Amino acid sequence: MPVIRKHLIRPETIDRIFKVLTLAGVLPAMLLILGFFAQLGWNALPAFREFGVGFIFSTDWDPVMNSYGALPAIVGTLVTTFTALLIAVPLSFVTALFLVETRGWLGQVLSYGVDLLAAIPSIIYGLWGLFFLVPFMQLHVQPYLTWIPFFGKNYNGFGFATAGFILAVMILPFICAIMRDVFKMTPAILKEAAYGCGTTRWETTIDVTMRYGARGLLGGIFLGLGRAAGETMAVLFVIGNSPGIPKALFDSGTTISATLASNFAEADGMFRHVLFALGLILLLLSLGIQVLAQWWLNYSTRKVQGSK
Amino acid sequence: MKQFRKKPIFRRKLLDMSVRVFSLLTLCFALFCMGWILWATFSHGIKSINWDFLINPSKPWGLPRNGIANAILGSLLVTAGAAAISVPPAILGGIYLAEFGRNTRLGNYLRFGANIMMGIPSIITGLFIYAILVVPTGNFSGFAGSVALAVIMFPIILRTTEDILLMIPDSLRESSLALGMSRARATLKIICRAGRTGLVTGILLAVARAAGETAPLLFTAMWSDAWPTHYFTQPTANLPVLINEYATNSPYEGVHSMGWGAALLVTFAILGMNIFCRLIFKDPKHD
Repeated sequence: MPVIRKHLIRPETIDRIFKVLTLAGVLPAMLLILGFFAQLGWNALPAFREFGVGFIFSTDWDPVMNSYGALPAIVGTLVTTFTALLIAVPLSFVTALFLVETRGWLGQVLSYGVDLLAAIPSIIYGLWGLFFLVPFMQLHVQPYLTWIPFFGKNYNGFGFATAGFILAVMILPFICAIMRDVFKMTPAILKEAAYGCGTTRWETTIDVTMRYGARGLLGGIFLGLGRAAGETMAVLFVIGNSPGIPKALFDSGTTISATLASNFAEADGMFRHVLFALGLILLLLSLGIQVLAQWWLNYSTRKVQGSK
Repeated sequence: MKQFRKKPIFRRKLLDMSVRVFSLLTLCFALFCMGWILWATFSHGIKSINWDFLINPSKPWGLPRNGIANAILGSLLVTAGAAAISVPPAILGGIYLAEFGRNTRLGNYLRFGANIMMGIPSIITGLFIYAILVVPTGNFSGFAGSVALAVIMFPIILRTTEDILLMIPDSLRESSLALGMSRARATLKIICRAGRTGLVTGILLAVARAAGETAPLLFTAMWSDAWPTHYFTQPTANLPVLINEYATNSPYEGVHSMGWGAALLVTFAILGMNIFCRLIFKDPKHD
Protein backbone atom coordinates (compact mmCIF):
# COMPACT_ATOMS: atom_id res chain seq x y z
CA MET A 1 0.00 0.00 0.00
CA PRO A 2 1.62 3.30 -1.01
CA VAL A 3 2.30 5.76 1.79
CA ILE A 4 0.65 9.10 1.27
CA ARG A 5 2.68 11.91 2.77
CA LYS A 6 0.79 14.54 4.66
CA HIS A 7 2.02 18.07 4.11
CA LEU A 8 2.88 20.09 7.17
CA ILE A 9 1.62 23.21 5.50
CA ARG A 10 -0.80 22.85 2.63
CA PRO A 11 0.61 23.83 -0.75
CA GLU A 12 -2.22 26.30 -1.22
CA THR A 13 -1.16 28.16 1.89
CA ILE A 14 2.45 28.20 0.78
CA ASP A 15 1.36 29.65 -2.51
CA ARG A 16 -0.71 32.31 -0.88
CA ILE A 17 2.19 33.31 1.36
CA PHE A 18 4.48 33.33 -1.66
CA LYS A 19 2.17 35.55 -3.60
CA VAL A 20 1.88 38.00 -0.72
CA LEU A 21 5.62 37.91 -0.20
CA THR A 22 6.41 38.79 -3.79
CA LEU A 23 3.84 41.53 -3.76
CA ALA A 24 5.27 42.86 -0.55
CA GLY A 25 8.62 43.02 -2.29
CA VAL A 26 7.46 45.36 -4.96
CA LEU A 27 4.64 47.41 -3.53
CA PRO A 28 6.55 49.53 -1.01
CA ALA A 29 9.07 50.49 -3.64
CA MET A 30 6.30 51.70 -5.89
CA LEU A 31 4.83 53.79 -3.14
CA LEU A 32 8.23 55.42 -3.08
CA ILE A 33 7.29 57.38 -6.17
CA LEU A 34 4.53 59.09 -4.27
CA GLY A 35 7.05 59.74 -1.56
CA PHE A 36 9.23 61.53 -4.08
CA PHE A 37 6.57 64.08 -4.80
CA ALA A 38 5.63 64.45 -1.17
CA GLN A 39 9.16 65.03 0.04
CA LEU A 40 10.22 67.34 -2.75
CA GLY A 41 6.97 69.24 -2.55
CA TRP A 42 7.32 69.64 1.19
CA ASN A 43 10.82 70.97 0.90
CA ALA A 44 9.99 73.19 -2.00
CA LEU A 45 6.96 74.77 -0.40
CA PRO A 46 8.80 77.63 1.36
CA ALA A 47 10.23 78.74 -1.97
CA PHE A 48 6.84 78.91 -3.60
CA ARG A 49 5.40 80.64 -0.60
CA GLU A 50 8.13 83.24 -0.79
CA PHE A 51 8.20 83.89 -4.51
CA GLY A 52 4.80 82.70 -5.59
CA VAL A 53 4.01 80.94 -8.83
CA GLY A 54 5.82 83.70 -10.67
CA PHE A 55 8.98 81.94 -9.54
CA ILE A 56 8.68 79.75 -12.58
CA PHE A 57 8.78 82.69 -14.93
CA SER A 58 11.20 84.96 -13.18
CA THR A 59 14.73 85.53 -14.42
CA ASP A 60 16.26 86.90 -11.22
CA TRP A 61 19.24 85.07 -9.89
CA ASP A 62 20.86 86.80 -6.99
CA PRO A 63 21.93 84.54 -4.14
CA VAL A 64 23.23 87.49 -2.19
CA MET A 65 19.91 89.30 -2.25
CA ASN A 66 18.03 86.01 -1.94
CA SER A 67 16.09 86.57 -5.09
CA TYR A 68 15.67 83.64 -7.44
CA GLY A 69 13.86 82.69 -10.56
CA ALA A 70 13.53 79.40 -12.31
CA LEU A 71 13.12 80.51 -15.89
CA PRO A 72 16.79 80.43 -17.03
CA ALA A 73 17.23 76.91 -15.72
CA ILE A 74 13.96 75.72 -17.25
CA VAL A 75 14.74 77.34 -20.58
CA GLY A 76 18.22 75.85 -20.44
CA THR A 77 16.85 72.37 -19.87
CA LEU A 78 14.39 72.76 -22.72
CA VAL A 79 16.99 74.14 -25.12
CA THR A 80 19.58 71.43 -24.44
CA THR A 81 16.97 68.70 -24.65
CA PHE A 82 15.53 70.06 -27.86
CA THR A 83 18.96 70.49 -29.45
CA ALA A 84 19.97 66.99 -28.42
CA LEU A 85 16.80 65.51 -29.90
CA LEU A 86 17.21 67.52 -33.10
CA ILE A 87 20.63 66.01 -33.61
CA ALA A 88 20.01 62.54 -32.22
CA VAL A 89 16.69 61.55 -33.77
CA PRO A 90 17.64 61.71 -37.46
CA LEU A 91 21.06 60.24 -36.72
CA SER A 92 19.67 57.31 -34.77
CA PHE A 93 16.98 56.76 -37.40
CA VAL A 94 19.47 56.26 -40.19
CA THR A 95 21.85 54.32 -37.95
CA ALA A 96 19.07 51.95 -36.93
CA LEU A 97 18.20 51.56 -40.59
CA PHE A 98 21.73 50.66 -41.50
CA LEU A 99 22.14 48.25 -38.59
CA VAL A 100 18.94 46.40 -39.40
CA GLU A 101 19.97 45.97 -43.03
CA THR A 102 23.43 44.68 -42.19
CA ARG A 103 23.37 40.95 -41.84
CA GLY A 104 25.43 38.44 -39.94
CA TRP A 105 28.16 38.97 -37.43
CA LEU A 106 29.08 42.42 -38.72
CA GLY A 107 25.61 43.72 -37.94
CA GLN A 108 25.75 42.21 -34.48
CA VAL A 109 29.17 43.62 -33.69
CA LEU A 110 28.23 47.08 -34.94
CA SER A 111 24.97 47.00 -33.01
CA TYR A 112 26.79 46.06 -29.90
CA GLY A 113 29.32 48.81 -30.48
CA VAL A 114 26.54 51.38 -30.61
CA ASP A 115 24.95 49.85 -27.51
CA LEU A 116 28.22 50.20 -25.65
CA LEU A 117 27.89 53.95 -26.05
CA ALA A 118 25.04 53.70 -23.59
CA ALA A 119 27.16 51.89 -21.05
CA ILE A 120 29.74 54.65 -20.69
CA PRO A 121 29.07 56.51 -17.42
CA SER A 122 27.83 60.05 -17.85
CA ILE A 123 30.70 61.56 -15.94
CA ILE A 124 33.11 60.16 -18.52
CA TYR A 125 31.10 61.99 -21.15
CA GLY A 126 31.46 65.08 -19.02
CA LEU A 127 35.23 64.68 -18.74
CA TRP A 128 35.59 64.05 -22.45
CA GLY A 129 33.39 67.03 -23.18
CA LEU A 130 35.29 69.35 -20.87
CA PHE A 131 38.81 68.38 -21.85
CA PHE A 132 38.38 67.43 -25.49
CA LEU A 133 35.16 68.61 -27.05
CA VAL A 134 35.18 72.14 -25.66
CA PRO A 135 38.62 73.06 -27.04
CA PHE A 136 37.76 71.30 -30.28
CA MET A 137 34.56 73.28 -30.66
CA GLN A 138 36.25 76.49 -29.70
CA LEU A 139 39.12 76.14 -32.13
CA HIS A 140 37.83 74.14 -35.04
CA VAL A 141 34.07 74.27 -35.23
CA GLN A 142 32.54 77.40 -33.78
CA PRO A 143 34.67 79.99 -35.59
CA TYR A 144 33.23 78.75 -38.88
CA LEU A 145 29.61 78.62 -37.85
CA THR A 146 28.94 82.07 -36.45
CA TRP A 147 27.23 83.16 -39.63
CA ILE A 148 24.25 80.89 -39.01
CA PRO A 149 21.40 82.79 -37.37
CA PHE A 150 20.77 81.91 -33.72
CA PHE A 151 24.25 80.51 -33.38
CA GLY A 152 25.74 83.63 -31.93
CA LYS A 153 28.87 85.68 -32.47
CA ASN A 154 30.52 85.11 -29.11
CA TYR A 155 31.71 81.67 -28.29
CA ASN A 156 34.13 79.96 -26.01
CA GLY A 157 33.50 76.29 -26.56
CA PHE A 158 31.11 75.97 -23.66
CA GLY A 159 27.43 76.45 -24.09
CA PHE A 160 24.32 74.91 -25.48
CA ALA A 161 25.77 73.74 -28.76
CA THR A 162 28.38 71.60 -27.05
CA ALA A 163 25.99 70.40 -24.37
CA GLY A 164 23.35 69.55 -26.95
CA PHE A 165 25.92 67.65 -28.97
CA ILE A 166 27.11 65.58 -26.02
CA LEU A 167 23.55 64.84 -24.97
CA ALA A 168 22.81 63.74 -28.53
CA VAL A 169 25.70 61.26 -28.45
CA MET A 170 24.45 60.00 -25.08
CA ILE A 171 20.85 59.39 -26.09
CA LEU A 172 21.65 58.09 -29.58
CA PRO A 173 22.15 54.46 -28.47
CA PHE A 174 18.84 54.40 -26.59
CA ILE A 175 16.76 55.77 -29.42
CA CYS A 176 18.69 53.64 -31.91
CA ALA A 177 18.03 50.43 -29.96
CA ILE A 178 14.30 51.08 -29.83
CA MET A 179 14.16 52.03 -33.49
CA ARG A 180 16.02 48.83 -34.39
CA ASP A 181 13.43 46.79 -32.54
CA VAL A 182 10.63 48.67 -34.29
CA PHE A 183 12.18 48.12 -37.71
CA LYS A 184 12.61 44.44 -37.02
CA MET A 185 8.99 44.13 -35.96
CA THR A 186 7.67 45.31 -39.30
CA PRO A 187 6.26 42.27 -41.07
CA ALA A 188 8.45 41.24 -43.94
CA ILE A 189 5.44 40.77 -46.15
CA LEU A 190 4.62 44.47 -46.05
CA LYS A 191 8.12 45.41 -47.05
CA GLU A 192 8.23 42.78 -49.75
CA ALA A 193 4.97 44.03 -51.16
CA ALA A 194 6.47 47.50 -51.36
CA TYR A 195 9.62 46.22 -53.05
CA GLY A 196 7.40 44.32 -55.43
CA CYS A 197 5.89 47.64 -56.47
CA GLY A 198 9.33 48.94 -57.30
CA THR A 199 10.11 51.21 -54.38
CA THR A 200 13.61 51.91 -53.25
CA ARG A 201 14.76 50.98 -49.77
CA TRP A 202 14.41 54.52 -48.48
CA GLU A 203 10.89 54.86 -49.87
CA THR A 204 9.88 51.61 -48.21
CA THR A 205 11.20 52.90 -44.94
CA ILE A 206 9.37 56.19 -45.16
CA ASP A 207 6.07 54.88 -46.46
CA VAL A 208 5.80 51.45 -44.91
CA THR A 209 8.08 50.88 -41.94
CA MET A 210 7.73 54.30 -40.43
CA ARG A 211 3.95 54.30 -40.73
CA TYR A 212 3.70 50.83 -39.25
CA GLY A 213 6.00 51.51 -36.34
CA ALA A 214 5.22 55.18 -35.80
CA ARG A 215 4.08 54.70 -32.23
CA GLY A 216 7.15 52.66 -31.32
CA LEU A 217 9.41 55.24 -32.88
CA LEU A 218 7.68 57.98 -30.98
CA GLY A 219 8.04 55.98 -27.78
CA GLY A 220 11.76 55.77 -28.41
CA ILE A 221 11.95 59.50 -28.97
CA PHE A 222 10.11 60.12 -25.70
CA LEU A 223 12.55 57.86 -23.92
CA GLY A 224 15.47 59.84 -25.30
CA LEU A 225 13.70 63.06 -24.34
CA GLY A 226 13.32 61.91 -20.75
CA ARG A 227 16.92 60.89 -20.48
CA ALA A 228 18.21 64.09 -22.01
CA ALA A 229 16.13 66.26 -19.71
CA GLY A 230 17.43 64.57 -16.58
CA GLU A 231 21.08 64.26 -17.52
CA THR A 232 23.29 66.03 -15.04
CA MET A 233 27.00 65.35 -15.09
CA ALA A 234 27.74 65.58 -18.77
CA VAL A 235 25.81 68.83 -19.10
CA LEU A 236 27.26 70.29 -15.91
CA PHE A 237 30.79 70.23 -17.24
CA VAL A 238 30.17 71.95 -20.54
CA ILE A 239 27.19 74.23 -20.13
CA GLY A 240 29.17 77.16 -18.81
CA ASN A 241 27.05 77.75 -15.70
CA SER A 242 25.85 81.24 -16.38
CA PRO A 243 22.46 82.15 -14.91
CA GLY A 244 20.95 83.88 -17.88
CA ILE A 245 18.51 83.06 -20.62
CA PRO A 246 20.39 82.15 -23.77
CA LYS A 247 19.93 84.20 -26.87
CA ALA A 248 22.13 82.09 -29.13
CA LEU A 249 23.24 78.51 -29.35
CA PHE A 250 26.85 79.30 -28.50
CA ASP A 251 25.90 81.11 -25.30
CA SER A 252 26.59 79.64 -21.93
CA GLY A 253 23.73 78.96 -19.64
CA THR A 254 22.47 76.46 -17.16
CA THR A 255 19.97 73.67 -16.82
CA ILE A 256 17.93 72.62 -13.83
CA SER A 257 20.08 69.60 -13.10
CA ALA A 258 23.32 71.53 -13.56
CA THR A 259 22.12 74.26 -11.20
CA LEU A 260 21.19 71.64 -8.63
CA ALA A 261 24.46 69.79 -8.88
CA SER A 262 26.71 72.81 -8.63
CA ASN A 263 24.88 74.71 -5.92
CA PHE A 264 23.29 72.21 -3.62
CA ALA A 265 26.28 71.31 -1.49
CA GLU A 266 26.86 74.84 -0.20
CA ALA A 267 23.31 76.10 -0.29
CA ASP A 268 21.40 76.92 2.84
CA GLY A 269 18.20 78.54 3.94
CA MET A 270 15.96 79.86 1.23
CA PHE A 271 18.44 78.90 -1.48
CA ARG A 272 18.06 75.30 -0.49
CA HIS A 273 14.29 75.50 -0.70
CA VAL A 274 14.64 77.14 -4.09
CA LEU A 275 16.79 74.25 -5.28
CA PHE A 276 14.20 71.79 -4.05
CA ALA A 277 11.61 73.74 -5.98
CA LEU A 278 13.74 73.44 -9.11
CA GLY A 279 14.04 69.71 -8.44
CA LEU A 280 10.29 69.45 -8.17
CA ILE A 281 9.87 71.25 -11.50
CA LEU A 282 12.34 68.87 -13.15
CA LEU A 283 10.58 65.88 -11.64
CA LEU A 284 7.21 67.08 -12.91
CA LEU A 285 8.72 67.75 -16.33
CA SER A 286 10.33 64.34 -16.78
CA LEU A 287 7.42 62.52 -15.17
CA GLY A 288 5.05 64.35 -17.44
CA ILE A 289 7.04 63.16 -20.42
CA GLN A 290 7.11 59.60 -19.09
CA VAL A 291 3.40 59.48 -18.37
CA LEU A 292 2.63 60.96 -21.76
CA ALA A 293 4.83 58.39 -23.48
CA GLN A 294 3.39 55.47 -21.50
CA TRP A 295 -0.16 56.57 -22.09
CA TRP A 296 0.53 57.14 -25.78
CA LEU A 297 2.06 53.68 -26.17
CA ASN A 298 -0.76 52.00 -24.28
CA TYR A 299 -3.42 53.94 -26.11
CA SER A 300 -2.07 53.24 -29.57
CA THR A 301 -1.45 49.59 -28.69
CA ARG A 302 -5.06 49.26 -27.67
CA LYS A 303 -6.17 51.04 -30.81
CA VAL A 304 -4.15 48.68 -33.01
CA GLN A 305 -5.37 45.63 -31.12
CA GLY A 306 -8.90 46.86 -31.12
CA SER A 307 -8.97 47.32 -34.84
CA LYS A 308 -7.84 43.77 -35.54
CA MET B 1 2.17 57.38 -73.08
CA LYS B 2 5.21 56.03 -74.80
CA GLN B 3 7.83 58.20 -73.23
CA PHE B 4 8.89 57.18 -69.73
CA ARG B 5 10.67 59.97 -67.95
CA LYS B 6 14.08 58.84 -66.79
CA LYS B 7 14.57 61.62 -64.28
CA PRO B 8 12.28 60.51 -61.43
CA ILE B 9 13.84 57.06 -61.16
CA PHE B 10 17.27 58.56 -61.21
CA ARG B 11 16.32 60.98 -58.48
CA ARG B 12 14.77 58.26 -56.39
CA LYS B 13 17.83 56.08 -56.69
CA LEU B 14 20.04 59.02 -55.89
CA LEU B 15 18.03 59.74 -52.77
CA ASP B 16 18.21 56.13 -51.71
CA MET B 17 21.95 55.98 -52.30
CA SER B 18 22.60 59.22 -50.45
CA VAL B 19 20.57 58.03 -47.48
CA ARG B 20 22.61 54.86 -47.42
CA VAL B 21 25.85 56.75 -47.54
CA PHE B 22 24.57 59.08 -44.83
CA SER B 23 23.67 56.13 -42.60
CA LEU B 24 27.09 54.63 -43.03
CA LEU B 25 28.71 57.95 -42.21
CA THR B 26 26.51 58.38 -39.16
CA LEU B 27 27.35 54.93 -37.89
CA CYS B 28 31.05 55.61 -38.38
CA PHE B 29 30.58 58.91 -36.61
CA ALA B 30 28.92 57.27 -33.59
CA LEU B 31 31.63 54.63 -33.40
CA PHE B 32 34.27 57.30 -33.87
CA CYS B 33 32.88 59.26 -30.92
CA MET B 34 32.99 56.18 -28.76
CA GLY B 35 36.50 55.43 -29.88
CA TRP B 36 37.52 59.01 -29.14
CA ILE B 37 36.07 58.86 -25.64
CA LEU B 38 37.69 55.52 -24.87
CA TRP B 39 41.02 56.57 -26.33
CA ALA B 40 40.93 59.87 -24.42
CA THR B 41 40.18 58.08 -21.15
CA PHE B 42 42.86 55.52 -21.80
CA SER B 43 45.59 57.87 -22.87
CA HIS B 44 45.06 60.31 -20.03
CA GLY B 45 44.40 57.76 -17.38
CA ILE B 46 47.08 55.19 -18.07
CA LYS B 47 49.77 57.55 -16.86
CA SER B 48 48.39 57.44 -13.36
CA ILE B 49 47.73 53.78 -12.99
CA ASN B 50 50.42 52.10 -10.99
CA TRP B 51 50.57 49.97 -7.89
CA ASP B 52 50.87 52.96 -5.56
CA PHE B 53 47.82 54.50 -7.13
CA LEU B 54 45.70 51.51 -6.40
CA ILE B 55 46.86 50.82 -2.89
CA ASN B 56 47.13 54.16 -1.18
CA PRO B 57 44.28 56.30 0.05
CA SER B 58 43.80 59.79 -1.29
CA LYS B 59 45.55 62.67 0.36
CA PRO B 60 45.75 66.40 -0.25
CA TRP B 61 47.90 67.18 -3.23
CA GLY B 62 51.59 67.30 -2.61
CA LEU B 63 51.85 64.48 -0.14
CA PRO B 64 53.66 61.42 -1.44
CA ARG B 65 52.04 58.11 -2.19
CA ASN B 66 48.75 59.48 -3.29
CA GLY B 67 46.20 57.03 -4.51
CA ILE B 68 42.54 56.23 -4.82
CA ALA B 69 42.29 53.06 -2.81
CA ASN B 70 39.77 54.42 -0.36
CA ALA B 71 37.55 55.50 -3.22
CA ILE B 72 37.77 52.07 -4.83
CA LEU B 73 36.83 50.41 -1.56
CA GLY B 74 34.12 52.95 -0.92
CA SER B 75 32.63 52.46 -4.34
CA LEU B 76 32.60 48.71 -3.84
CA LEU B 77 30.91 49.11 -0.46
CA VAL B 78 28.31 51.56 -1.69
CA THR B 79 27.48 49.51 -4.78
CA ALA B 80 27.35 46.26 -2.83
CA GLY B 81 25.08 47.90 -0.30
CA ALA B 82 22.85 49.15 -3.07
CA ALA B 83 22.65 45.68 -4.56
CA ALA B 84 21.85 44.17 -1.16
CA ILE B 85 19.01 46.63 -0.70
CA SER B 86 17.52 46.52 -4.16
CA VAL B 87 18.03 42.98 -5.46
CA PRO B 88 15.76 40.95 -3.16
CA PRO B 89 12.65 43.15 -3.50
CA ALA B 90 13.24 43.57 -7.22
CA ILE B 91 13.56 39.84 -7.87
CA LEU B 92 10.48 39.13 -5.78
CA GLY B 93 8.59 41.84 -7.62
CA GLY B 94 9.71 40.49 -10.97
CA ILE B 95 8.47 37.06 -9.95
CA TYR B 96 5.15 38.56 -8.97
CA LEU B 97 4.77 40.37 -12.28
CA ALA B 98 5.72 37.34 -14.34
CA GLU B 99 3.81 34.70 -12.42
CA PHE B 100 0.81 36.32 -10.85
CA GLY B 101 0.41 39.67 -12.48
CA ARG B 102 0.48 38.99 -16.18
CA ASN B 103 -2.71 40.66 -17.16
CA THR B 104 -4.11 41.92 -13.93
CA ARG B 105 -4.81 45.55 -13.29
CA LEU B 106 -2.47 45.64 -10.31
CA GLY B 107 0.27 44.14 -12.45
CA ASN B 108 -0.23 46.78 -15.10
CA TYR B 109 -0.13 49.54 -12.51
CA LEU B 110 3.10 48.11 -11.14
CA ARG B 111 4.65 47.96 -14.58
CA PHE B 112 3.60 51.50 -15.25
CA GLY B 113 5.11 52.56 -11.95
CA ALA B 114 8.36 50.78 -12.74
CA ASN B 115 8.61 52.52 -16.09
CA ILE B 116 8.01 55.85 -14.40
CA MET B 117 10.67 55.07 -11.85
CA MET B 118 13.16 54.31 -14.57
CA GLY B 119 12.63 57.75 -16.00
CA ILE B 120 13.30 59.76 -12.87
CA PRO B 121 16.52 61.77 -13.24
CA SER B 122 19.22 60.42 -10.99
CA ILE B 123 19.87 63.78 -9.39
CA ILE B 124 16.27 63.95 -8.21
CA THR B 125 16.76 60.58 -6.57
CA GLY B 126 19.80 61.97 -4.81
CA LEU B 127 17.79 64.97 -3.67
CA PHE B 128 15.01 62.78 -2.36
CA ILE B 129 17.32 60.49 -0.40
CA TYR B 130 19.04 63.58 0.95
CA ALA B 131 15.71 64.82 2.22
CA ILE B 132 14.70 61.60 3.92
CA LEU B 133 18.01 60.18 5.11
CA VAL B 134 20.63 62.87 5.42
CA VAL B 135 18.55 65.65 6.92
CA PRO B 136 16.93 63.65 9.73
CA THR B 137 20.12 61.89 10.75
CA GLY B 138 22.21 65.01 10.30
CA ASN B 139 25.11 63.41 8.46
CA PHE B 140 26.03 62.24 5.01
CA SER B 141 26.72 58.56 4.79
CA GLY B 142 27.67 55.80 2.46
CA PHE B 143 24.44 54.12 3.44
CA ALA B 144 22.40 57.01 2.06
CA GLY B 145 24.38 56.72 -1.15
CA SER B 146 23.58 53.02 -1.27
CA VAL B 147 19.88 53.70 -0.84
CA ALA B 148 19.95 56.27 -3.64
CA LEU B 149 21.67 53.80 -5.96
CA ALA B 150 19.23 51.10 -4.88
CA VAL B 151 16.32 53.28 -5.97
CA ILE B 152 17.94 53.58 -9.38
CA MET B 153 18.70 49.86 -9.63
CA PHE B 154 15.34 48.59 -8.44
CA PRO B 155 13.19 49.23 -11.53
CA ILE B 156 15.91 47.96 -13.87
CA ILE B 157 16.23 44.62 -12.07
CA LEU B 158 12.45 44.41 -11.76
CA ARG B 159 11.93 44.81 -15.48
CA THR B 160 14.73 42.47 -16.53
CA THR B 161 13.59 39.78 -14.07
CA GLU B 162 10.08 39.96 -15.42
CA ASP B 163 11.33 39.83 -19.01
CA ILE B 164 13.54 36.83 -18.35
CA LEU B 165 10.85 34.91 -16.49
CA LEU B 166 8.32 35.65 -19.21
CA MET B 167 10.65 34.16 -21.78
CA ILE B 168 10.58 30.78 -20.06
CA PRO B 169 7.91 28.68 -21.74
CA ASP B 170 4.76 27.98 -19.82
CA SER B 171 5.08 24.26 -20.48
CA LEU B 172 7.80 24.18 -17.83
CA ARG B 173 5.43 25.70 -15.31
CA GLU B 174 2.62 23.39 -16.28
CA SER B 175 4.72 20.27 -16.04
CA SER B 176 6.06 21.14 -12.61
CA LEU B 177 2.55 21.88 -11.36
CA ALA B 178 1.41 18.59 -12.85
CA LEU B 179 3.97 16.87 -10.66
CA GLY B 180 2.19 18.25 -7.63
CA MET B 181 4.53 21.04 -6.64
CA SER B 182 3.24 24.17 -5.06
CA ARG B 183 3.48 27.29 -7.17
CA ALA B 184 6.13 28.67 -4.87
CA ARG B 185 8.33 25.64 -5.21
CA ALA B 186 7.86 25.45 -8.95
CA THR B 187 8.78 29.10 -9.37
CA LEU B 188 11.79 29.10 -7.12
CA LYS B 189 13.28 25.73 -7.88
CA ILE B 190 12.43 25.25 -11.51
CA ILE B 191 11.65 28.51 -13.24
CA CYS B 192 14.21 30.70 -11.54
CA ARG B 193 16.81 28.05 -11.94
CA ALA B 194 16.03 27.85 -15.64
CA GLY B 195 16.45 31.57 -16.01
CA ARG B 196 19.31 32.06 -13.60
CA THR B 197 21.77 33.23 -16.26
CA GLY B 198 19.41 35.93 -17.40
CA LEU B 199 18.61 36.98 -13.85
CA VAL B 200 22.27 37.28 -12.95
CA THR B 201 22.91 39.23 -16.14
CA GLY B 202 20.12 41.62 -15.27
CA ILE B 203 21.56 42.21 -11.83
CA LEU B 204 25.08 42.70 -13.15
CA LEU B 205 23.91 45.18 -15.76
CA ALA B 206 22.02 47.16 -13.14
CA VAL B 207 25.09 47.13 -10.91
CA ALA B 208 27.21 48.34 -13.80
CA ARG B 209 24.80 51.16 -14.40
CA ALA B 210 24.70 52.18 -10.76
CA ALA B 211 28.46 52.00 -10.34
CA GLY B 212 28.91 54.82 -12.82
CA GLU B 213 26.28 57.16 -11.41
CA THR B 214 27.62 60.35 -9.93
CA ALA B 215 24.69 62.66 -9.32
CA PRO B 216 22.92 60.60 -6.65
CA LEU B 217 26.11 60.30 -4.66
CA LEU B 218 26.87 64.02 -4.71
CA PHE B 219 24.56 64.83 -1.84
CA THR B 220 24.37 61.54 -0.05
CA ALA B 221 27.72 59.81 0.24
CA MET B 222 29.71 62.85 -0.83
CA TRP B 223 33.41 62.48 -0.57
CA SER B 224 36.15 62.02 1.96
CA ASP B 225 39.86 61.39 2.23
CA ALA B 226 39.50 58.67 4.77
CA TRP B 227 39.07 54.95 4.50
CA PRO B 228 35.37 54.02 4.43
CA THR B 229 35.13 52.76 7.97
CA HIS B 230 32.01 54.58 9.08
CA TYR B 231 29.64 53.48 6.40
CA PHE B 232 26.48 54.50 8.19
CA THR B 233 27.54 57.78 9.71
CA GLN B 234 30.25 59.40 7.66
CA PRO B 235 30.69 60.50 4.07
CA THR B 236 32.16 57.67 2.08
CA ALA B 237 34.78 58.09 -0.60
CA ASN B 238 33.72 56.83 -3.99
CA LEU B 239 35.09 56.87 -7.49
CA PRO B 240 32.52 58.91 -9.42
CA VAL B 241 32.54 61.84 -7.00
CA LEU B 242 36.32 61.61 -6.83
CA ILE B 243 36.50 61.98 -10.57
CA ASN B 244 34.21 64.96 -10.34
CA GLU B 245 36.26 66.59 -7.59
CA TYR B 246 39.67 65.94 -9.04
CA ALA B 247 38.84 66.90 -12.58
CA THR B 248 36.94 70.09 -11.95
CA ASN B 249 37.70 71.38 -8.49
CA SER B 250 41.46 71.39 -8.50
CA PRO B 251 44.02 73.55 -10.28
CA TYR B 252 46.81 70.99 -10.21
CA GLU B 253 47.60 69.03 -13.35
CA GLY B 254 48.62 66.03 -11.29
CA VAL B 255 45.26 65.91 -9.61
CA HIS B 256 43.58 66.00 -13.00
CA SER B 257 45.73 63.06 -13.97
CA MET B 258 44.55 61.12 -10.97
CA GLY B 259 40.99 61.90 -11.90
CA TRP B 260 41.59 60.47 -15.35
CA GLY B 261 43.16 57.39 -13.83
CA ALA B 262 40.08 56.83 -11.72
CA ALA B 263 37.91 57.45 -14.79
CA LEU B 264 39.87 54.83 -16.70
CA LEU B 265 39.32 52.33 -13.90
CA VAL B 266 35.60 52.96 -13.72
CA THR B 267 35.04 52.98 -17.47
CA PHE B 268 36.81 49.76 -18.19
CA ALA B 269 35.29 48.00 -15.20
CA ILE B 270 31.80 48.95 -16.35
CA LEU B 271 32.45 48.18 -20.01
CA GLY B 272 34.03 44.90 -18.99
CA MET B 273 30.93 43.96 -17.00
CA ASN B 274 28.70 44.85 -19.93
CA ILE B 275 30.69 42.82 -22.42
CA PHE B 276 30.90 39.90 -19.99
CA CYS B 277 27.14 39.94 -19.53
CA ARG B 278 26.55 40.05 -23.26
CA LEU B 279 28.91 37.15 -23.82
CA ILE B 280 27.36 34.84 -21.25
CA PHE B 281 23.80 35.67 -22.09
CA LYS B 282 22.69 36.03 -25.67
CA ASP B 283 19.50 37.99 -25.62
CA PRO B 284 17.32 36.40 -28.29
CA LYS B 285 15.49 39.66 -28.84
CA HIS B 286 18.61 41.36 -30.04
CA ASP B 287 20.02 38.68 -32.28
